Amino acid sequence: MQTNIMICGVGGQGIVLTSKLIAATAVSHDVPVMSAETIGMAQKGGSVFSFLRLGDGIASPMFPEGTADLLIGFEPAEAVRMFPYLKKGGTAIVNTHPIMPVTAALTGSDYNGENMTEYIRRNAEKAVFLDGNKAISEIGSPKVLNMVMLGAAVAAELLPFTLEEIEETMKATVKPQFAELNSKALRYTA
Amino acid sequence: MGNAAIARGAIAAGLNLISGYPGTPSTEVLETSAKCNKNGSMYVEWSVNEKAALELAAGAAYCGARTMVTMKQVGLNVASDPLMSLAYIGVKGGMVILVADDPGPISSQTEQDTRTFAAYSKLPCFDPSSVQEAYDMIGEAFGLSEKYGTPVLFRPTTRVCHGYASIDVKDESEYKKVQPEGFVRDPSKWVIFPRLSYNAHMKIEARNVTLSDELSEYSRNLVIPETASDCRKGIATHGISYTYVTEALAGKPAPRVMKVTTPFPFPEKAALKFLDGLDEVLCIEELDPVIERELTYICGKHHLPVRIRGKLTHDVKNAGENTCASVAENIASFMGWEKLGKADIEEAPALPVRPPVLCAGCPHRASFFAVKEAMKGKKSVFCGDIGCYTLGNAMPLDMVDTCLCMGAGVNITQGIGHIEPDTNCFAFVGDSTFFASAITGAVNAVYNQADMTLVILDNSTTAMTGHQPHPGTGHTMMGEIVEKIDITAVLHGIGVKTVETVNPLDLKNAVETVKRVAAEKGVKAIIFKSPCAVIIKPEKPAVIDPDKCTNCKRCIKSLGCPGIVLKDGRAAIENSLCTGCGLCSQVCPFGAISPAKEGK
Repeated sequence: MQTNIMICGVGGQGIVLTSKLIAATAVSHDVPVMSAETIGMAQKGGSVFSFLRLGDGIASPMFPEGTADLLIGFEPAEAVRMFPYLKKGGTAIVNTHPIMPVTAALTGSDYNGENMTEYIRRNAEKAVFLDGNKAISEIGSPKVLNMVMLGAAVAAELLPFTLEEIEETMKATVKPQFAELNSKALRYTA
Repeated sequence: MGNAAIARGAIAAGLNLISGYPGTPSTEVLETSAKCNKNGSMYVEWSVNEKAALELAAGAAYCGARTMVTMKQVGLNVASDPLMSLAYIGVKGGMVILVADDPGPISSQTEQDTRTFAAYSKLPCFDPSSVQEAYDMIGEAFGLSEKYGTPVLFRPTTRVCHGYASIDVKDESEYKKVQPEGFVRDPSKWVIFPRLSYNAHMKIEARNVTLSDELSEYSRNLVIPETASDCRKGIATHGISYTYVTEALAGKPAPRVMKVTTPFPFPEKAALKFLDGLDEVLCIEELDPVIERELTYICGKHHLPVRIRGKLTHDVKNAGENTCASVAENIASFMGWEKLGKADIEEAPALPVRPPVLCAGCPHRASFFAVKEAMKGKKSVFCGDIGCYTLGNAMPLDMVDTCLCMGAGVNITQGIGHIEPDTNCFAFVGDSTFFASAITGAVNAVYNQADMTLVILDNSTTAMTGHQPHPGTGHTMMGEIVEKIDITAVLHGIGVKTVETVNPLDLKNAVETVKRVAAEKGVKAIIFKSPCAVIIKPEKPAVIDPDKCTNCKRCIKSLGCPGIVLKDGRAAIENSLCTGCGLCSQVCPFGAISPAKEGK
């Protein structure tokens, strides 16, 4: 049984950490895991995506288009950019709150993410939408968006791990003073 | 992470010393080594540049220590002088030169291939295809290095360096312990002279013939299936592309596959076994067509009627990274299999582009803006360099006219000045790059009477690669707190008389300083000193007063800060990004943006 996951968004949203948390949970439960992501230039406000693969018999850390079981989109346009990776019948979990790139602000673009969300709604067989901005303001920290998204993926029963298992890894990873906040975020959609 | 696996593998192989200079995608090898060095049994150093790092590791290897030096592919250009000579001199202890290549390129200036550099320098080269293999193979690289008394190259690519995988590791009780013998004086061995080089050259060529035979038996130079099958087509590949090939062939009637793990010396005998009975071979490679050239040569040498295809025959694209999809497509077309159809999905709406930009609150934005304001209407050229500040090229700052390689800007601007004496010549260089390779350029400028302004963007770290210490930071990878090297004192020492330090976030003062300093003749320097926004605690975000804001959008149009966005057609602060640096409040002509500090 293999699970391919595409996690995407904008540099600074916590995508790499999300990928690492799932991978570390896999390692502690003896599930073979591979992942690959772009770090470097792309961190600075650029598009960031992470390939994550769980299960036996995987050779490459990356997978081709049309083969992801799960797409976690931290930003609507980025979810659309990586949408071709989602397989037929796969699930998209998308934050509907857009991040306007500097270039869009400069050109006076009216980008607000709505047409992106609509595109996913039309094309994904299964999709979960959540307003990440509302979530982080309710929880009280902009840093926990990644935990909200991860919690939503667990709630949709798309990862081979329970919320408690992910939470355990999270507690071992983040600084102790942030553990409670992150737990709250993980359980936001639960 | 692959880089962490390489570090742990090297430590298991008895690593005594590791040095390097940061560069994506190689950086985490040395960082992991430092993390694993709690008892201080190894010596770990971020050197001032790759040349220094390589020479240092060579000296330790002369003593019989196992050493590793880490860098990215363009770093090898800086270290190539000692590398070429060291190939002739050799080492006593095992020495692995880890050079991470960056197909794409994802974060580099060039798509150069260290496998080609291996052939040029005549040094053995290892090319791992996975995180596990990188972990296992690094010890074998040390073994080969010691056996032949030569440094060896180890060249993972980005997808191995930054790939994550669960792997099997050795128990600490199995770790090798190396006690270096110490330096044994022997001028006939350690002092390079033409006579020695002639003899060494003869020996190297003979050794590489022996090595080619030995590496043909190396289990990681795979030919699968070992026994001949009916299929008369073959695929030769390497590195991460091998995993793409494996995935593309899963469940299909497979052609013969050769994985070349030691591209130099090329395992010729293994290749002959692979080629035996084949009509056609497709080479799937990233960067240079190294395997393709070797196989073409071997076919010619042995009169083999095998058609070798790949980049040289335009069957595989010449530049960029391979992907699972591109490799599957290359193979399908080579095998005559049905093309993989694109999934039938609705065309996506126009996507916003997201080029990388300077972070919100980045002091470099303020520095560039200050120089831009000060030089408005004056004929000027702004030579940039390698680091985060290369991103100062983006609109609306548009303040990087040239960027070539580490430390180049300070010299390029001198060249422009000699041809265009009426131009105000600026060179922007970061603090880490200044120490790495711009000091010599500054000496050149002073002594040769250049007329230029050297702008040091001092954010007290090596930000681009993830905040490594350098001589200006005051700490080392061994955890020592040491005296910082003072950039102002360095500049005064080499004869730069005017060196002014200013906080770029104090905009008015910064602009005046630039105007005053740039007006002087000769070489003068401005140090913009303000810490990297990522490593300091942010202030409260700025606040826009809607009653004062006239919606002129000056803040957006002059700064291009990701912390200011358009909301319903009006400038708005993005609270999740704004660090409260206060630059926009100094730019707003109507005082509508409150300086962050008041909001505390």
